Amino acid sequence: MPEPIVQVENVSKSYYRDSLEIPVLHDISLEIPRAEFLALMGPSGSGKTTLLNLLAGIDQPTSGHLLVAGKDIASLSDGDLAKWRSENIGMVFQFYNLMPVLTAYENVELPLLLTKLSRKERRKHVETALSIVGLADRMKHYPRQLSGGQEQRVAIARAVVSDPTLVLADEPTGDLDRKSTDEIMSMLSRLNSEFGKTIIMVTHDPRAAKAAHIVRHLDKGELS
Amino acid sequence: MIPVSYTVRNIINHKITSALTILGVSLVVFVFAAVLMMSTGLRETLVATGSDDNAIVIRQASLTEVQSIIPRDQADIVKTSPEIAVATDGLPLFTKEIYVLITLLNRHDGDKANVVVRGVSDKSLELRPNATLVEGRMWREGTSEIIAGKSIAERFAGCGLGETVRFGARDWTVVGILDAGGSGFDSELWGDIDQMMDAFRRPVYSSLTFRLADPSSFVALRDRIEDDPRLPLEVKREKEYYADQSRSTAGFVSILGTVVSIVFACAAIVGAMITMFAAVANRTREIGTLRALGFSRLSILNAFLLEAMLIALAGGILGIAAAATLSFVRISMTNWDTFSELAFNFQLTPGIVLRAILFAVVMGFIGGVLPAVRASMKRIVDSLRAV
Repeated sequence: MPEPIVQVENVSKSYYRDSLEIPVLHDISLEIPRAEFLALMGPSGSGKTTLLNLLAGIDQPTSGHLLVAGKDIASLSDGDLAKWRSENIGMVFQFYNLMPVLTAYENVELPLLLTKLSRKERRKHVETALSIVGLADRMKHYPRQLSGGQEQRVAIARAVVSDPTLVLADEPTGDLDRKSTDEIMSMLSRLNSEFGKTIIMVTHDPRAAKAAHIVRHLDKGELS
Repeated sequence: MIPVSYTVRNIINHKITSALTILGVSLVVFVFAAVLMMSTGLRETLVATGSDDNAIVIRQASLTEVQSIIPRDQADIVKTSPEIAVATDGLPLFTKEIYVLITLLNRHDGDKANVVVRGVSDKSLELRPNATLVEGRMWREGTSEIIAGKSIAERFAGCGLGETVRFGARDWTVVGILDAGGSGFDSELWGDIDQMMDAFRRPVYSSLTFRLADPSSFVALRDRIEDDPRLPLEVKREKEYYADQSRSTAGFVSILGTVVSIVFACAAIVGAMITMFAAVANRTREIGTLRALGFSRLSILNAFLLEAMLIALAGGILGIAAAATLSFVRISMTNWDTFSELAFNFQLTPGIVLRAILFAVVMGFIGGVLPAVRASMKRIVDSLRAV
């Protein structure tokens, strides 16, 4: 088995509402090899998005270790985590989460503004990313001028433009029709097979999950 | 760093809230700049009244010519000072003057106001190079003729060319109009000193003004006169003397205006704060997304602070532009140092523009800081869940 890029070791996560503890994830352990495409499935409230957020470093586990490319991200400070995210994580959201006042080009360029790349180099990267998702001709369009599927493709371009270690997708097809769902899934498959991207995708949709190589189920905070 | 275009386009996108906040800030900046322009206009008008080469003598401890009395013998001693320049006729370029306040009626609204009457000599005009006779002629010696400053001629009944005005138990005919280039002399009536002293039954002068042959001899002259036990007098450079006269009024206008501006500014700051809190609430998911992409808390803080300051800057520029139109307005008010009416223009200077813009940006900063801190402190997972 190839060396795992993600190692989740005995991770638990609880939220607190007033003094009431609400356990969300219970003693999760998981290893994901490099260049793998994993789908996390499960009913609502099972902890899928929480696990994805922990892997993205935008939430902290209550206990356990999370190693991404050998680094324990649970031990990083807030500032270090922000920097780590910019270098290692590409995120795709259910509702695309594009900045409405920025063009497709500018949205995709956002993660690169955190790098030391020159304007010219950034342009090259953005154009490449938008070409991969088939939207090279829509660079100057604002999100409101694009369809849902196109917006999600821009979001995918934004997620991969900085060549991150992991692409994390949270219900990437949850807001799309069947045709757009197929387009997005074939795009994610291509990123995995052609460009070797490690993808972890949370989904409800069994049709979308079919594109993944590994499907894991979460139920009541436990992985099966 | 979050691109500035993100900030600017968000301001433009929320046209109504941005425009209302800009308007609020601009009104405050308008008041702030107008007050500074008024105080500067007042000061500059009086400073321009004085000349660098001239010295003025008044009685010791009298702040202005109004309170000053100089007996004839003391005036004659001062006149013999060797530092005084010589006029074209070979006589000292020196004038003894009296300064009296009379009450006249405003030509337009009938309100009473104090007006300066100055008894002058044939050297007075030569000593004031900024003052020229633009209409009519000079008064003739031994007659009840006067010349009127341009502002007085326009605003007070009986002071126009050819008109007659009554004061000092006599009727005086205006035979000339004086243009003193917007300085304090524009707000005075000038007539023959001897006629004025007779009319007002004043056997003493108010001030002595003369040109120094060498301006650097001022200190020696001042020390000699002020040390002379026969002369309880005070010597000042004419420019300084007039600048001192603006101190109380200009200072009061500045302080009052600043206090009013600060009170208004508090309201504008609250307005900016409400706008920015709304902006943060509307863009919670965008904030979460930016943080998830790797932008730091500081980047978020800076972006929202910049937005608040840019809105305020726009308000500042609008306020200054509106205030600039006041430059064409000439107003008159009582100068409390001399108790007399003084006409002046609102004066916009680069310093005022800078201070007003800075004032606006500081308002934006104060109004933006709390919302920006709130935006930067949001938890990413909570922000991403926002609808």
